[in-house]
Amino acid sequence: MRELAILGKSITREPNEVKAFTNVSPQETAVAPNLTVKENLELIAGVYGSFGKTAEAKADEMIETLGLAEVAADKAKILSGGWQRRLSIGMALISEPQILFLDEPTLGLDVLARRELWQVIQKLKGRVTVILTTHYLEEAVALSDRIGILSKGELKAVGTAAELTEKAAAHNFEDAFVALATESEVNS
Amino acid sequence: MRINVFAKRNSKEILRDPINLMFGIGFPLVLLFLFTAIQANVPLSLFEIGSITPGLAVFGLSFISLFSGMLIAKDRSSSFLMRLFASPMTASDYILGYVLPLLPMAVAQSAICFLAASFLGLRLNADVLLCIIVLIPTAFLFIGIGLLAGSVFNDKQVGGICGALLTNVSAWLSGTWFDLSLVGGAFKTIAYLLPFAHAVDAARAAVSGEYAAIWPHLMWVAGYAAVTLTAAVWVFSKKMHSDRQ
Repeated sequence: MRELAILGKSITREPNEVKAFTNVSPQETAVAPNLTVKENLELIAGVYGSFGKTAEAKADEMIETLGLAEVAADKAKILSGGWQRRLSIGMALISEPQILFLDEPTLGLDVLARRELWQVIQKLKGRVTVILTTHYLEEAVALSDRIGILSKGELKAVGTAAELTEKAAAHNFEDAFVALATESEVNS
Repeated sequence: MRINVFAKRNSKEILRDPINLMFGIGFPLVLLFLFTAIQANVPLSLFEIGSITPGLAVFGLSFISLFSGMLIAKDRSSSFLMRLFASPMTASDYILGYVLPLLPMAVAQSAICFLAASFLGLRLNADVLLCIIVLIPTAFLFIGIGLLAGSVFNDKQVGGICGALLTNVSAWLSGTWFDLSLVGGAFKTIAYLLPFAHAVDAARAAVSGEYAAIWPHLMWVAGYAAVTLTAAVWVFSKKMHSDRQ
């Protein structure tokens, strides 16, 4: 039987240990709509064991880090899609995870909001390991140090955009992606 | 502490939604004033304040199912629960976090209903206080129905089931609007096989000081509440487990 471990901890046998150093920003924005931005951040800080002044300080820090100050007192439900995604990432970061899963973070955003969110994600580099899933190939190229190509639940290839393009002997990353995703055998 | 944090969030979500306040508190109060006005203009004893108020208090509590069901269903559909499932929260944190804030809301709802009735002639005394306590199992019943519906259905379905079906069924079969004996037969039999008429009768007995008449009805309500809450906790836990996979 196969088993998945993250940082040496089994996700099936030690789920609470794994939860302590991972967090997720789901594809849907997954915010509490009638809570303000700051209250949403304090809520998640509390869920991960920081209460009162500590939770407030963490929320304030996250507001500053992600540039959420101008909407901090606004209810989440009135925010634009871009702001909601930014808040969603803040809610995932406030537990100070070592590994952050971002599930299609820019899905449905306009170009400007997407570029702003890219900047936010790029600033996370060096601070936390980000595993980002996306259908936008330009997003994978712009943000990723390493790209894994998944097709039908199978990992087809892993490498930098340049490595994968070279491996597939393609002219650009999109052609490489198509070639590697449709390959029948795993070549990683 | 996690329970407190989550319960506080759930309270804010419900109380900051004006539609919840309009239906949960406003609507029963409008009906209370309407029935009192009707009573003042008819020679028959149709909607005496001591009889209609406990019924409207139960009717108001039926909206608790709508609040809680909608909240849970929306948390599921927006992936908010999925975010929390990735956290160290346990099944009991979720369930108590959803249930606990609803109880004081239910008590406050009943208290507001009786306070409004006092301006229309109901005497506020220890029996009214007893009635608010007697209504607690009814509150648990509706909380359980909401938790169950929210765990199984999406928010639109919860709106239909708890917002339209449950509030109507629980009202028509409660004996609040009319004496069930006037219809009699199978209608009355079915009504007394369900908990809603018992909830109203227990509350009316408390308000009128007929203490011995409270318990037989309250036992029905408490039994239904226990079964419903147990089923709701089981279904929520199952759904939580399957959603995590």
